Amino acid sequence: MGLWKYFLKRGLVLFGVLMATLLLTVLLVGSNMDAILKKGVAIDVRTQIIENKKLVAGFANPNELNSYITNQIEERIKVLGLDEPWYSPNRIGLAMYKILVLDFGHSAFLTSDSGSTLVGDIILEKLPRTILLFTTATIIISTVGIFVGAMSGSKIGSKTDKITSSFAIISSSFPVWWIGLLMIFTFAFWYNIFPARATPLIPSTDSGYLVSLIYHMTLPIITIVMIGFGTWAYLVRNFMAGIMQEDFILVKKIIGVKQRKVIFGSALKNAAPPIITVLALSLSGSLGGAIITEAVFDWPGMGRLYFEAITLMDLPVIIGATYVLTVFFLISIFVSDLLYGYLDPRIKTG
Amino acid sequence: MDYSEIKSSFAKSRTGLIGLGILACLVIASIFAIIAIPVETYKNWNNPASWTEFPKSAQPIWVNWVSVKKIPEHVILDSHETVIIQNNVEKIAVQKFGVDYSYDYFPGEFLLDYKTEYSGSPVLHISVTRPDGVTLKLLSSSLPHSEHLTVYSDKIFSTNESIRKNLRLQKDVFSFPVQTKTAKEMIFAKSDNIEVLKGRYEFVVTLEGAEKLDSKFILGGKVFGIAGTDELRRDLAIGLLWGTPVALFIGIVVAIGSVISGLIFGVYSGYKGGLTDESMMRFNDVIYALPALPFLIILSVTTSNSVFLMIGFLMIFGWVGIAKVSRSMALQIKTRQFVDAAKIMGQKDMKIIFRHIIPQIIPYALASIAISVPAAITTEAGLSFLGLGDPTFPTWGQILHDAQSHGAAARGLWWWIVPPGIMVAITGLAFVFIGNALESKVNPKLRR
Repeated sequence: MGLWKYFLKRGLVLFGVLMATLLLTVLLVGSNMDAILKKGVAIDVRTQIIENKKLVAGFANPNELNSYITNQIEERIKVLGLDEPWYSPNRIGLAMYKILVLDFGHSAFLTSDSGSTLVGDIILEKLPRTILLFTTATIIISTVGIFVGAMSGSKIGSKTDKITSSFAIISSSFPVWWIGLLMIFTFAFWYNIFPARATPLIPSTDSGYLVSLIYHMTLPIITIVMIGFGTWAYLVRNFMAGIMQEDFILVKKIIGVKQRKVIFGSALKNAAPPIITVLALSLSGSLGGAIITEAVFDWPGMGRLYFEAITLMDLPVIIGATYVLTVFFLISIFVSDLLYGYLDPRIKTG
Repeated sequence: MDYSEIKSSFAKSRTGLIGLGILACLVIASIFAIIAIPVETYKNWNNPASWTEFPKSAQPIWVNWVSVKKIPEHVILDSHETVIIQNNVEKIAVQKFGVDYSYDYFPGEFLLDYKTEYSGSPVLHISVTRPDGVTLKLLSSSLPHSEHLTVYSDKIFSTNESIRKNLRLQKDVFSFPVQTKTAKEMIFAKSDNIEVLKGRYEFVVTLEGAEKLDSKFILGGKVFGIAGTDELRRDLAIGLLWGTPVALFIGIVVAIGSVISGLIFGVYSGYKGGLTDESMMRFNDVIYALPALPFLIILSVTTSNSVFLMIGFLMIFGWVGIAKVSRSMALQIKTRQFVDAAKIMGQKDMKIIFRHIIPQIIPYALASIAISVPAAITTEAGLSFLGLGDPTFPTWGQILHDAQSHGAAARGLWWWIVPPGIMVAITGLAFVFIGNALESKVNPKLRR
């Protein structure tokens, strides 16, 4: 019973966070969004009227036509409820509802590769690429990290341990995107092995696209793994260090169970709950942290979309992308909570 | 825990001392930057007009120490001394610029920027005396006639067509065809073949019929300063040096601000307990679950890019973790007898918190401050790298942003990319070292 209460509490908190995020975003960008929406309505109405040749022919002079268009625009704005100030509760509520049901509207400047201006389409197109790059990287990082971390955690103070720990500390002070710049310099300029820009040049319908995408992915992956696995190894090492001192491990060692079996069988199993939590968090965290890395490598995913949207001040895209990232982030927090509660019996008893 | 004990054990920690050493170097660099480089230079970082004299994308000067072939250095000569010669007709102003040229490549273009005050119609002559003793006449031109005393300034470039024509007239000096050669190649070539003639060159500028001459001679090169220049001709050494105090300021202010607010929040919540504690911790959870980077981006996009606002935003996301830890510490401390004693004596809650509980957590807070600094610096660098930095306070991140937008990595301009990143990293490393050394002493869990 305690477990359900715990999940319910966490779920409520996270839903609250989602609402708070939404409200904050809407409040922050409200006045700018208002201007964009009104402009969009004006353009829509104008093109509709002008395309209607019969209607246009009925006007005697351009002035009359213009005043008609202005009236029509105002009417439409009233119908849509845009005449209220953007900070009215109605408008804010509506805006939040729209975002909540993933209706982000049209982007101001950016389009998807297929030419759609719907923010939803754009995000749907970019998201899989980000997942492809960062999920692959995170899986490699965690596999290598867990292995190295378990090795060094089982022998605190050994050479492996010292090297891992200092590598972890040093690598965590370097910004990933800066290492990315260096990698581009080394492997794209100096040695000319990998392309500097990670966007494949051939169209996405081509059969060789996937191969090309993977080739373009190599440099970013190497960079992310290089910087990421040190921290992972260090975390795992610290979890392991505590467990290796527990009595049941000492007993296993004394009765002659093989070292490797002790580390990877017994100790790692006990260190699993925190490790899985970190894994769930870093999987989603990688999506957010990808913003700068993708901008560096020009990887055509969510991060670069974000970067381009900022450069162009394309607010609908910025809001949509923030929302999607937040949802992913919260879902993974929740999943890691669930896993932790499931794996660690201490939570159940409260 | 005793402070002197922390101090003495800190002194034994090697990494802690290394961190302290790096920090000391950074502080010295900051002081040097603030004293030696005028604020105006730094404030004009993003103003292209103030960097016109500098070379474009020049490598650092020390590249010549390691490379076999010497790359010409960019020289800016400001002549302070004007010799006035009086002959029987008029006054002649003379300025001389000596250049020791011992590089293996021809220089870039050169430029004479002069300013004078005259009446009448003075004549300007430029000539150069080469190391082999040959004197080449480069230019003779009369300045526009003026009846009154007027101030006149102009720039003469080596690409000037009349310089080339004048040099072609002196083709007897050279034993190779000079028709296709540019002015700088003829001036700096040996007389028998097209190779650089090394030695001392003296450029002489004479102005017949004027008493004042103030000029500057710039010989374009491909290496400049200890850090080189970027595509926009800016001296990177200035940006890197001035970036140090800015980064330290941002990092330390954010760290101190968020640790103090987190500490007070957490301790108050833990001490009060009950419903206050519950609601404060749920609020903490909400902030904790906000995705920091997207939010920081939205905040800087929609508000302003002022560095002080950014410091505030970074604090909003910085205090959460510390609040959690200090709450649990407060929960432990409040069960101790001296807290009970203070309560019985009738002391107010606030007094108990500030006098009895917080002093117990200070060592931990110090370690947290040191550990929070690198995150603040890298986050600021990241935001600046995305182009959200404050243009009035250029930082390392902004230098990297400019490098990225000019494709520096793919074009091999390493001196534009490597130093700013190294600065970010070693600043972070210094604080990580100090923080780890402190934490291993003050955090009982890590003591072994």
